[in-house]
Amino acid sequence: MGIFGIARYAVLVFVAAVILVPILFAALGGAKTNGQLLNDPVGLPSPWVFSNYTDVLFGANAAVFWGELLNSVIIATVAVFLTVSLAALAAFVFARMVFKGREAMYMLFTLGLLFPSAVAILPLYILVRQLGLESNYLGVALPQAAFGLPLTIIILRPFFKSIPVELEDAAKIDGCGTFGFFWRVLLPLARPALATVSILAIVSTWNAFMLPLIILNGADQWTLPLGVMNFSSEYTNDQARTLAFTVMAILPAVLFYIVAERQIVSGLTAGGVKG
Amino acid sequence: MSATTVRPHGGRRLSAKWVTIILFLLPGLALYLVFVLFPVVQAARYSLYNWNGLNPLTDFVGIANYVNALNSDVFQNAVSHNVFIIVLSLALQIPFSLFLAVLLNRRFHGRAIFRLIFFLPYVLSEAITGIIFSLFLQPSSMLDTTMQNLGLGGFIQDWLGDTGFVMITLFVIISWKYFGFHMIILLAGLQGIPKEIEEAALIDGAGRWQAFRHVTLPLLGPTLRVSVFLSMIGALQLFDMVWVMTRGGPVGASSTMATLMFKNGFQDSDMGYGSALAVLLFLFALVLAIAYQRFVLRRDVEGAVTAFNG
Repeated sequence: MGIFGIARYAVLVFVAAVILVPILFAALGGAKTNGQLLNDPVGLPSPWVFSNYTDVLFGANAAVFWGELLNSVIIATVAVFLTVSLAALAAFVFARMVFKGREAMYMLFTLGLLFPSAVAILPLYILVRQLGLESNYLGVALPQAAFGLPLTIIILRPFFKSIPVELEDAAKIDGCGTFGFFWRVLLPLARPALATVSILAIVSTWNAFMLPLIILNGADQWTLPLGVMNFSSEYTNDQARTLAFTVMAILPAVLFYIVAERQIVSGLTAGGVKG
Repeated sequence: MSATTVRPHGGRRLSAKWVTIILFLLPGLALYLVFVLFPVVQAARYSLYNWNGLNPLTDFVGIANYVNALNSDVFQNAVSHNVFIIVLSLALQIPFSLFLAVLLNRRFHGRAIFRLIFFLPYVLSEAITGIIFSLFLQPSSMLDTTMQNLGLGGFIQDWLGDTGFVMITLFVIISWKYFGFHMIILLAGLQGIPKEIEEAALIDGAGRWQAFRHVTLPLLGPTLRVSVFLSMIGALQLFDMVWVMTRGGPVGASSTMATLMFKNGFQDSDMGYGSALAVLLFLFALVLAIAYQRFVLRRDVEGAVTAFNG
């Protein structure tokens, strides 16, 4: 290994350390007492104390933790299901049917990319309240799904377009209607694209903060990001416990990331660099 | 499509094709109209009123909310913070991401692990990241103690409490979270450039740096421009992390357009003024997007639009 090789490793290891240190600080901090955290924030826990973690998973804070995890899962599931299924239906029409006004309609959807959800947040709050959906999972999941539509449609359309017309003709001859072709031929073929858009949608709904913050009033409905924020202010004097809670809260995302890294990366680069 | 001609469709009957189109399109369109377009239009409407969000919408004030916003020091201050993040991101974060992408654009042991680690922060919630860093950075916690141990105690700051330093701290954390994203995009761009082109330049006697500067970099242009664009749009919308860590404080030293909008709209129940701020935020993003696509992106338009909210 030449001097370049060594320098490369030195830089990469340093950057990796900068990334990992705050996360390790949190993970190790959760295994300390508050006294240890105060006197020796840097070192390894000595002795290791697992009561904070066990409290979060099975003990005093378990109801809160599992409740918030469940809320996050429910909201993400509903939102992702809606985004992907409705976007797939729309993308199918945009990709495979010819009709007047198609491009105008498609433009209308792409327009949505120009609106950061922050722009719509105040009226969304009013709207959700008028619909009686405040403090309801749907009050978060529906707007979240709606804001996910443009990107999902834009990614799916070319995939749907690329499936040969011959297949469609063959399916028709075999007695498939349009929906039959969509459901039994096109969707199975587009599975990689569907996985990509689902994963993008999962990451964005799972981490959503502003919308749940204004819509979900009741603590029993909070998602994990809200829960962590609240936990940290509730336990200002028990930071070891806060750290344990925080670490458990990011764990699902980290595990998901490790399993789906390839998909996430290819999805983002498909969206980001297709030029 | 030939299916439309199978049956003559006359009079009031919708053809099978249109029934399909409507059935397929309607659910998504309805959701989108109700929860995206309608609220955006409403924001524009509310912004013309003095309104607390509860009473009937009657106190029409025209563009007064906009005039007030544009003339207010508080708003200008918030905009300057968004701009600060944009400028530093372009000057430091993107070049740094590019540097790492170049380092990773080569086969060597451990490459996959480094990529895995560098991209990890991107998938974490911005709000939760903020909480971790709040604890990490508080006085005499992990960072301060480490610096003390390394003999760097003199450089310790009140990272989040010092009005002069808080934006720098936030910028570093934002970079911590997002450089991996830009690195991945740039890495994909680099991998799309055939190795032979740079090798040819090297054979022709160009130095490594020259080959990179005059051959690779221009070819990477489209990807780089997308990365820059996403970075700017992200910086304009900055909210979650700031809200969790500082609420825009101390004394407005880390406010952004979005935190200001949130404060005015929800905490002070000034929905009219808050909506005006939201519209201004949108206009900033729109002008930026149009200007950038008009003058810089051109051919890469599709890519940029695709990843707008990414």
